[in-house]
Amino acid sequence: MYEFLKTLDRRWVFLLMFLAVATPILLKVTFPEKPSAMVMDVFRAIEDLPEGSKVLMAWDVDPASRGELEPMASAFTRHCAEKKLKMYYMALWPLAVPMIQDSIRILEREYPHLEYGKDYMNLGYKPGNEGVIKVVITNIRKLYTTDHYGTGVETIPMMNGVSSVQAMDLIVNVSAGDPGTKQWVQYVATPFNKRMVAGATGVQAPQLYPYIPAQLIGILGAIKAAAEYEQAVIDGYPHLARIATAKEGLRRMGPQLVGHVLIVLLVILANVIYFIGRRRGDTR
Amino acid sequence: MKRTAPLLIAATVGFIIIFSTFIPYTESWGEDSMIWFDILAAVAFVLGGGNLLKMNLKKVSDRRPGWAYSAIMIAAFLITLTVGLLKVGTHPNAVYWNKPWSGDYIGEGSALWWIYEYLIYPLTSTMFAMLAFYIASAAFRAFRAKNVEASLLLGTAFIVLLGRTYAAIILTGWLPELAHDAEPSFFGQLWNGLRLEKLTETIMGVFNLAGSRAINIGIALGIASTSLKVLLGVDRSYLGTGED
Repeated sequence: MYEFLKTLDRRWVFLLMFLAVATPILLKVTFPEKPSAMVMDVFRAIEDLPEGSKVLMAWDVDPASRGELEPMASAFTRHCAEKKLKMYYMALWPLAVPMIQDSIRILEREYPHLEYGKDYMNLGYKPGNEGVIKVVITNIRKLYTTDHYGTGVETIPMMNGVSSVQAMDLIVNVSAGDPGTKQWVQYVATPFNKRMVAGATGVQAPQLYPYIPAQLIGILGAIKAAAEYEQAVIDGYPHLARIATAKEGLRRMGPQLVGHVLIVLLVILANVIYFIGRRRGDTR
Repeated sequence: MKRTAPLLIAATVGFIIIFSTFIPYTESWGEDSMIWFDILAAVAFVLGGGNLLKMNLKKVSDRRPGWAYSAIMIAAFLITLTVGLLKVGTHPNAVYWNKPWSGDYIGEGSALWWIYEYLIYPLTSTMFAMLAFYIASAAFRAFRAKNVEASLLLGTAFIVLLGRTYAAIILTGWLPELAHDAEPSFFGQLWNGLRLEKLTETIMGVFNLAGSRAINIGIALGIASTSLKVLLGVDRSYLGTGED
């Protein structure tokens, strides 16, 4: 047994991980989530805005991080729609545009009373990374003469009185890396004292904690925080519990729990083998 | 001249952007500089695309190892480019029903949407998801409590791994939580702080935060000094060797 475990083929580990992730997905196992203090800070930043406030929804993501970030992007969209806020979507990543389309599809299907151009709009993608942020913070119309669909911004009602991103009451950024939350904090939130919340991947979130609370109100780090935020939004707007896609983050916590427990068990097992081997004088 | 002109452009634009941050009169100069940058960034896509084609076509024509991957890359690149440039839309178009593929070229059902939804998204997600398998395998093979430092790292990893899931509630949910309306006692705070989800918050909010702050400040100072060296022409490495 010792020899088998010591020279365990990594394909057994792969098989175990596959089962650990697949079983909760197939059995639809979910667990209750209790929003943490930080998640509630993010929730309140949106919840406390008066109806009609302007919110910049900056989606700086790509398909690789969609599994982790889409639930929080969708939850932000639903929360802003429930609060009847005006949503301005934009992207610094070219592959983020389809994710903006996904968010807009949520608005079209679940909130048909909201109107494009009056309640929400898609500014789309512009190349230039942080260069785009540097321009839109002082003059958005110099760069965005049309929306994503080619409509002149001067003809879009919700662009009236919006000459720059400084007109926004809140910036909501969902970010998978650079350019993303860090750049929005450095070039917008800090110098212009704008209120900002963010959602980030688990890898990126620890680098952003130093900005809290002075420059960032709060951050949703990885799928765990996304699930907690979904729970907070459902607690605030219980009718959302009937929508299956409004609980995507909660659904993904099942595989995460079993996967994490498996890694912990594997590491414990590996250390037991290591100490047995050391006691036996096995230096291989 | 080949090196002096880029040096002068970089220095001039760099200093304009710095001044525009501090001097309101020069704010529009900074804006204009950034718009030039954005235009150049858009042109860089054309340059990048051309370079990508050139490199991969050469690899295919030389039959170098892995040339088949390059051929697939070229095919994918050209198909996506064609679909995007021709704005191949959904079919049939509700308004112009007799014009094929003239519907929405970005929305659901369009060619670009199909490429994104059924090629790019599954492929990149798969690459990302495979990390779970490699992390599990690597942890099993390499994570050993060989000394005090490794043991501390191991303990921290366990707490964060479990604290970021419902396992934290299952394992330590029995420890009493702090009551919001009462003055917390020493033991009340201690038990509450030992809950796995609270320990995770402490690790992320204290130890990780302190380390991240130190790294961020170090990076910021490094960027400032490197930027000044570039603007003053001391560091010219970004111009290349000049041999090609």
